[in-house]
Amino acid sequence: MAFEHILFSIEDGVALLSLNRPDQLNSFNTQMHKEVREALKQVRQDPQVRVLLLTGEGRGFCAGQDLSDRNVAPGAQVPDLGESIEAFYNPLVRALRDLPMPVICAVNGVAAGAGANIPLACDLVLAARSASFIQAFCKIGLVPDSGGTWQLPRLVGMARAKALAMLGDRLSAEKAEQWGLIYQVVDDAALRDEALALARQLATQPTYGLALIKRALNASYDNHFDQQLELERDLQRLAGRSEDYREGVAAFMAKRAPAFKGC
Amino acid sequence: MPRYLVLQAPEDGVRLITLQRPEALNALCTELLAELAAELESAERDPATRAVVLTGSRKAFAAGADIREMAERDLVGILNDPRVGHWQRIAGFAKPLIAAVNGYALGGGCELVMCADIVIAGEDARFGQPEINLGIIPGAGGTQRLLRAVGKPLAMQMVLTGEPITARQAQQAGLVSELTQPELAVERALQVAASIARKAPLAVRLAKEALLKAGDTDLATGLRFERHAFTLLAGTADRDEGIRAFQEKRPAHYLGQ
Repeated sequence: MAFEHILFSIEDGVALLSLNRPDQLNSFNTQMHKEVREALKQVRQDPQVRVLLLTGEGRGFCAGQDLSDRNVAPGAQVPDLGESIEAFYNPLVRALRDLPMPVICAVNGVAAGAGANIPLACDLVLAARSASFIQAFCKIGLVPDSGGTWQLPRLVGMARAKALAMLGDRLSAEKAEQWGLIYQVVDDAALRDEALALARQLATQPTYGLALIKRALNASYDNHFDQQLELERDLQRLAGRSEDYREGVAAFMAKRAPAFKGC
Repeated sequence: MPRYLVLQAPEDGVRLITLQRPEALNALCTELLAELAAELESAERDPATRAVVLTGSRKAFAAGADIREMAERDLVGILNDPRVGHWQRIAGFAKPLIAAVNGYALGGGCELVMCADIVIAGEDARFGQPEINLGIIPGAGGTQRLLRAVGKPLAMQMVLTGEPITARQAQQAGLVSELTQPELAVERALQVAASIARKAPLAVRLAKEALLKAGDTDLATGLRFERHAFTLLAGTADRDEGIRAFQEKRPAHYLGQ
């Protein structure tokens, strides 16, 4: 499948997926959804890939849904927006959350609507200093989707989540970092390089162990303390069977740098 | 040697049966069902076998019946379908049967899960009865055991829409007894089986029978059966051993007598 609306490459264990409709601030249309889905499928199937880096081309990260792609003409039949959520956005955020490897998101510019929430389904979010997050849904009568209503209160607390979702104001990258919505703000010019450096570094780490950490932390929102303790026990059991664990211990004992294979 | 089953004995008293027909997501062809029925009968005759774990692959427990086979049968063919007998033998297995389910358990696969006494499921398992999408209905208990397992509204929704449910929904509804990480489902099922294998075999057998009675008789009949079974066990050596071991604060050694 040749990609029109995304750039996609795999190099040194890092899959780089960049949204590429810069003239439309990388907003999603059906074609772009299909291409992202295909790229994520390749990420899942390629055993070489140990990190995914998601970013956008041009001045914006992603403006969410391309509204001209689902234009509502006056008097037209009531659209079923649930269908496009079920078909595209939910599978996308589930795929990012379930991917058994770290997913880095480099938010290079404005992130609005679903585009503001897709980063929240990733594991480590870096943002350019000039980037911003806008829960734009309320301005056109809609509800934050792509997991926004679930992620926001958990990340920034209910009071701020409601203000963000109901006012739809622009949240600067710096404030997003202060509030705990994202991990780190980076100078605009350095964002791509820093994100790539982080991705390359993570691609040398025990990927399977990192995937289990991701599973445990993602599950912690839903679990009771005792359930989480049991989950930790089970995941540690799995981690303890990995080659990387053996390598990590051997390297520690021999006082040398470990060479992790990701399994 | 069976063609579609892998047979192992990973724990004392426990047999592990793995459905292995990867080219068809473990679709339950007649030969596979016949092999499974025969293996369970052999496990039932073997006094050393105390419990059986049944599983499939990570991707599919069993994704349904063999559609090609089914298409070849006309009305008379289906009337004389040998699979009915195989299903009866599987469902009639007298020892504990524990299913470890990962991936798809659809159609006949879901019906096979419901023949098990205990169901351990990996969190990404899916359960469903999609027969309606082919213009047919479940034919091996999918309308009967499912209703008893999950209640009428969910059973109706599953059978009439053909849409599958998640492992979590299945657990909430009562189709699944325990959820695990997918990689640990078989391991956990074997633990449960090993635990059962250490109990008094006659008590286990009568307990299973009594519990199954609850599903298909009225309460008074069920209670009468339970009391008879309870009384029967009073004549066994294992009962004396169990009570004595408890009083002496030591593990019991059961002989099945």
